[in-house]
Amino acid sequence: MTDPHLALASDIAIWASLAVLALALISFSAHLAVTGAARERPATVKFAQKVRVGADTDPQTASIDAHDIDATEPTGPTGVAVEPPTLSHPTEVTRRWGVIGVQLTWLATFGVVGGTTLRGLSVQRWPLGNMYEFAIVAASFALIVFSTWSLKRDRMWLGPFVVLPVMVVLIAGKIWYTEASQLMPALDNTMWLSIHVTLATLSVALFVIGAALGVAFLLRDSADKKNRVRGWLAGLPDADKLEAMTYGIHIFAFPLWTFTLITGAIWAEVAWGRYWGWDPKEIWTFIIWVVYAAYLHSRATSGWTKRQATYVALLGMLCVVFNYTVVNLLITGLHSYSGVAT
Amino acid sequence: MASMQAPERLESGYPKDRTTLGGPRLGPLGWARWAWRQLTSMRTAIYLLLLLAAASFPGSIFPQRSVDPVQVRTFFESNPDLAPWLDRLFLFDVFSSPWFASIYLLLMISLIGCIIPRMGQHWKSVRAQPPRAPRRLNRLLAKAGGTVAADPHEVLSAARAALAAKGYRVRADEEDLWVTGEKGYLKETGNLLFHVALLGVIVAFAGGHLFGWRGEIILKEEQSWTAHPGAFDTLNFSPLADESDIPTFTVQLNELDVAFESQSEGAQFGQPRKFDGLVTVEAPGQEPEQQEFAVNHPISVAGDSIFLLGNGYAPIVTVRDPDGAILYSEAVTFLPQDNNYASEGAIKVTGREPGLGLVGGFLPTLQVDPEVGMTSSFPGLVDPALALTVFEGDLFPDGRAQSVFSIDTDQMTQLTKENGDPVAMLIRPGEYFELSDGTTVEFESVIRWAGLLVRHDPGRMPALGFAIAATIGLALMLGIKRRRIYVRIDREHPTTAPVRTVVSVAGQPKGSDPGLQVAVDDVLNRIATATSNRTTTELHRADEDTV
Ligand code: HEM
Repeated sequence: MTDPHLALASDIAIWASLAVLALALISFSAHLAVTGAARERPATVKFAQKVRVGADTDPQTASIDAHDIDATEPTGPTGVAVEPPTLSHPTEVTRRWGVIGVQLTWLATFGVVGGTTLRGLSVQRWPLGNMYEFAIVAASFALIVFSTWSLKRDRMWLGPFVVLPVMVVLIAGKIWYTEASQLMPALDNTMWLSIHVTLATLSVALFVIGAALGVAFLLRDSADKKNRVRGWLAGLPDADKLEAMTYGIHIFAFPLWTFTLITGAIWAEVAWGRYWGWDPKEIWTFIIWVVYAAYLHSRATSGWTKRQATYVALLGMLCVVFNYTVVNLLITGLHSYSGVAT
Repeated sequence: MASMQAPERLESGYPKDRTTLGGPRLGPLGWARWAWRQLTSMRTAIYLLLLLAAASFPGSIFPQRSVDPVQVRTFFESNPDLAPWLDRLFLFDVFSSPWFASIYLLLMISLIGCIIPRMGQHWKSVRAQPPRAPRRLNRLLAKAGGTVAADPHEVLSAARAALAAKGYRVRADEEDLWVTGEKGYLKETGNLLFHVALLGVIVAFAGGHLFGWRGEIILKEEQSWTAHPGAFDTLNFSPLADESDIPTFTVQLNELDVAFESQSEGAQFGQPRKFDGLVTVEAPGQEPEQQEFAVNHPISVAGDSIFLLGNGYAPIVTVRDPDGAILYSEAVTFLPQDNNYASEGAIKVTGREPGLGLVGGFLPTLQVDPEVGMTSSFPGLVDPALALTVFEGDLFPDGRAQSVFSIDTDQMTQLTKENGDPVAMLIRPGEYFELSDGTTVEFESVIRWAGLLVRHDPGRMPALGFAIAATIGLALMLGIKRRRIYVRIDREHPTTAPVRTVVSVAGQPKGSDPGLQVAVDDVLNRIATATSNRTTTELHRADEDTV
């Protein structure tokens, strides 16, 4: 039933990808450091540019009508405005490391997705049956999201924030390695398993990226406030932009987690005859859902700052981590499937 | 960028944070009103949500009576000092505890208090006209402007058309030369749908717990069973359900097929791989119907579902008296005690004086371990064996009812051999054991049994419906952007000959709206294209590089 050769090939692919990811992490860090250093130097130019953007709210310029601005801004030959040169596009030198990082990440993406596929082939089912498989699928999703994203937009600065968590997930997966094998009946033969667990991994992958962005925002924001944006922090986008992206990721991930919860309930109904029974795993799915709902609320409440809201999102991440470590390993419930026989 | 900060909100009177409206005025009514505003404010909702999450936490740490009462008992035995204290705090019944209930009730009240006024507001805003365009558009954060060689009225109708084509509700003023477009009303509709549906899910969940029932039954292969209140092994009613709610139907278990992992080694070895079976169900007034079922594939009968929850072995044992007459012949249900199905059971032979009791284990794959004695090394039937000891005496002392799975041996004597050791038999299928008086115990063969759960939950379909509605609401509320776009039109120089008109477009978001600038630019482009003589456009870009 299970093919040991394919399983071995899968393991090798994942190990190799881990090594590639480590190299990608180094390149991305170098990229941030170099970009940061490059941005620190022409600080005066950057400052001048900031004033221009901030002019909207400046009482002196606020009285200028739209057509006045028209007259003062340079326009190109076609009549469309020429964008002023911005410093948010790093120069060639600083990009080099980032490009290498993206290329390495692509390589690792193929490696992890390939390894996951081989694992699935070796057991002839969706590779979503145990913690190890869950980890490699979540890593695949996170890498796919980041890699395709980096094709469309310049996302090199985001690299370390994706690659490092993915590495942690993969290494954790290796620690809880489970041999390739078939599934227990409660997990088998159901489309709800595939849907539920696929959604869960996808949303966890997004939550992880969201949390990484949240951390990036908090660091950059603190540095901004202390006026000490140096080194690799200067290589990151503005705090506001980081925060907007954090939120953007979460409003994708939250509905997916809602689906995870609902499909999990449907699956529980089919398998155990009740859709909700406050089993430890169900409790944690619920806790995570509620905490992220609180995040979205705090993001929309005027009394809360974006920093405070971001802390709630990170609390959500803490719950996700707790769910996949402590709850899976130490707390037994129906989801440990030992209860099936009695 | 700076432009993303503190977006102005549509309708500043929105009850997002209504605590600011009512400071603590004197008088009980004032205080009540203040308390109500506190409770229904969104800030309180955040705290209640976080509190709900925190309150659920102990439910995953301590064993729960509703999930596993046996574990609770074990916890009491191993922590005799701590457990009663925890129990006083309802930590073994978290989800039915008063403190958990008070949190979700407060949340529900807060939710209702939040939804109802917002429904009214939304109803009004859906029917209202968009507002006038502000005089100064450059105060808004997303904007674009340009000059076109066209008559102001031509530009105005182009602006109307551009906004209408994008689905905006349009209001225009021909005199004052402005157009306002507003769209995304469905966002708030989705928000209300989501929150109402959440209430619906809670009500449906509660309904299932008030009107449902569940019964468990063990069925052996070939056995036929008719449902009625007395026929279940265990039967639980919710507070508002009673025996008349149980429908009549008959189920016959034709076969049960079970397989275990036998190839892989390590922790996976012996794990169950397949449970499925075939039943014939018959509801009154309906033809008998064969159904396949499995762990994830319940049997459906009379609108309810029957779930396969467990399984085990039932050895067929025949006891004959010394003359060979059959005293007892039955498939005896043995309950598995571990993952390898080492099972325990009891056989009560009453047609004999004194009564004969056989107690012991059934081992699907016998392994004799020097330390623990007889165990099973694999859950499948590789080397099945029955190991029993024998008691004689009164099987039902005082006529007390007792479990079919064990024997109360207090009033019985154990049969012993001459050397004083207890009589113990180890027999395999087809073998028999002869007691000293000539009575024989034969292990004929072994069949399987299925543990079935019959469940009636009237809330499950409504809960599913509300859950789907909530998801739709969520998609609308998070996916749709509510925005306003204002267009102001000015004649450049009232006297110069070729008419040139200055167009300013600006957008106002509700909440975070990274795509607003793109929408504003698009409207301007459409106006310029429609008036076909675009000479200059000037774009003040906000940040387009966000999610
Ligand atoms: C039962 C628990 C609740 C859950 C799970 C929940 C969930 C949510 C979610 C996920 C959002 C989306 C936030 C966003 O737009 O980014 C939201 C929005 C909102 N919720 Fe709740 N909510 C709950 C209770 C409440 C309560 C009690 C109130 C009233 C005090 C409330 C008022 C609102 C409001 C006003 C919004 C709109 C925010 C906006 O305009 O962006 N919710 N809710």
